[in-house]
Amino acid sequence: MATDVRTVEVATPEFEIAAERAAARRGLLIALPSWLYLTLFFAVPLVIVFVYSFATRSSTGRTRLEDWNLESYRRLFDPLVGEIALRSLTLAFLTTLICLVVSYPFAYYIATRRPAIRNVLLVMVMIPFWSNFLVRTYAWRVLLGTDGPLSQLSQALGGDPIRVLFTNTAVLIGLVYGYLPFMVLPLYAALERMDWSLVEAARDLYADGLTAFRKVTWPLSRPGVIAGSILVFIPALGAYVTPQILGGARTTLLGDYIVSQFLAARNQPFGSALSFGVMAVMLAATIVYFRSGAKNL
Amino acid sequence: MNESVRLDGVSKHFGDIVAVKHLDLAVAEGEFFSLLGPSGCGKTTTLRMIAGFEFPTSGSLTIHGVEMALQPPNKRPVNTVFQSYALFPHMNVAENVGFGLLMQKVESSEISTRVKRALDMVQLTHRAEARPKQLSGGQRQRVALARALVNEPEVLLLDEPLGALDLKLRQSMQVELKELQERVGITFIYVTHDQEEALTMSDRIGVMNEGLLLQVGKPEEIYEHPTSRFVADFIGEINLLPATVVDHQSVELQGGHVVRAATGAQPGEAVTVAIRPERLTLFELDQIIPEGANTVRGRVIRRTYHGDVFYYDIETAAGVLEVKEENRPGVELYDVGEEAVAAWSPRATTVVED
Repeated sequence: MATDVRTVEVATPEFEIAAERAAARRGLLIALPSWLYLTLFFAVPLVIVFVYSFATRSSTGRTRLEDWNLESYRRLFDPLVGEIALRSLTLAFLTTLICLVVSYPFAYYIATRRPAIRNVLLVMVMIPFWSNFLVRTYAWRVLLGTDGPLSQLSQALGGDPIRVLFTNTAVLIGLVYGYLPFMVLPLYAALERMDWSLVEAARDLYADGLTAFRKVTWPLSRPGVIAGSILVFIPALGAYVTPQILGGARTTLLGDYIVSQFLAARNQPFGSALSFGVMAVMLAATIVYFRSGAKNL
Repeated sequence: MNESVRLDGVSKHFGDIVAVKHLDLAVAEGEFFSLLGPSGCGKTTTLRMIAGFEFPTSGSLTIHGVEMALQPPNKRPVNTVFQSYALFPHMNVAENVGFGLLMQKVESSEISTRVKRALDMVQLTHRAEARPKQLSGGQRQRVALARALVNEPEVLLLDEPLGALDLKLRQSMQVELKELQERVGITFIYVTHDQEEALTMSDRIGVMNEGLLLQVGKPEEIYEHPTSRFVADFIGEINLLPATVVDHQSVELQGGHVVRAATGAQPGEAVTVAIRPERLTLFELDQIIPEGANTVRGRVIRRTYHGDVFYYDIETAAGVLEVKEENRPGVELYDVGEEAVAAWSPRATTVVED
């Protein structure tokens, strides 16, 4: 037996608990600015809107918080609201679909280039962000106008003037244009991570190019497809600026409808209920979509 | 000998880089053929050309006599085991293994029987439902093998398939792979940078460097009779001594020492003499040395213990020689500073041209 036994400092349970607490405190400190910001400018307004959605509009257009009721939520099932929602959903769906169809080959192209070329192409995707969204949307007014360059080209080729401005088609063009980068970037991120030897393995195992894409590339890029679709679909569903600038006066979408409840109709409770209705649909759609993608990975 | 894969004057350029230079090679049916070389030597590019992932810039490539140089991978009767295994992460083991059969539109009942048989062969039947990421490295490796072999290809291409495994597993997989190859009788073309792997498993080895196929032969030919300095140096440990040819039977080492060695080179030509450390034996100065042996006298400058063997560095007039001596009773130990004679058989003396 060794006689020279020395006492060794052992980490006691108390010490470990204290260390864990210190780490938790440090974590909180780092997150504090964002916590404060989000609470003040996101959570608090959200709670206000939520409370308002149960209030009543007085005959003078003021919001009375005294008698709580579900009247505003009942109004969500009006045929008019359904019509507007369906129009918005269709538009958001088409925007997402077109963005996906246009972006996928492009993202695939970028992801399969040499790194130097990749970066140049990515910068090009992001260049539009350097100028203001509003300005770019107004530019589409000029491009799509009856005497705009597209229309002139059509006439020069012996066709009719193009009359798309102030229609849902113009809104669709504007939305696709505006949200395209949000589809390209997640798709690129997913494809850039792709292990291309998997595609080679599929080709080696007798799959032709198209089948290898269908069986391997596409399913493995699904997380990018899902992320991109959510990033496009949700803002497109609530879009306000683009329909205001490029859309017609007669085709109301959810975004303008909500704004009009707050500003024109002065019906804050109904506007609030509408906002929460849209948010609930978006949340449900997001969860379903994520689940469907997560299943296979 | 029926030819399985044949390459005639195959070259592959990537822009200005020449990855494979005018390569001629014929692999026999049922042969275990290894392409051995350092990274960047063109061995993987050669394999990828046989698989169809790269097309040769020039030359002809036939598989069982059919020209295949420009055919896509799915039109070739070959399958590949990838270095990273390339198992489909979104499919389970059985789906991975059955993929090739599904693509060939084999009936589903037959697919399940053949998948089961393939998984039996690699002893993974119990993991048929598992996802690749739930498997260990060795299991993934076996799935990759089963996925390729289930298609009964005429040629199986293996790209450093054991590279990602640890030493013990790698050694047992070497044995397993070799046995499997003998059992199924399929031609294996095996790419590796591990010379031991190539020596133990292959029927023949092709050594490549800088896009050139330097030497093709049986493992013992490659090891015992390298034809170039690169091959001698790359395979195993070797002493390389500069020398000048005297005649077809002898060369002169540095320091004026003449030793016997067969060579085809012309008298006066500068060559390199290659001797394996295990072919050298140390003798005391007054010991009787077997008749006809080449000898060179020197002094021990270092001795290292490796458990089963000792390595000696012997400083001689011809250069420093590394000598490998077995560690067993009766083998004389030499201390640093001691004088000794290193002796070797003329047959163990290989002359390579620079």
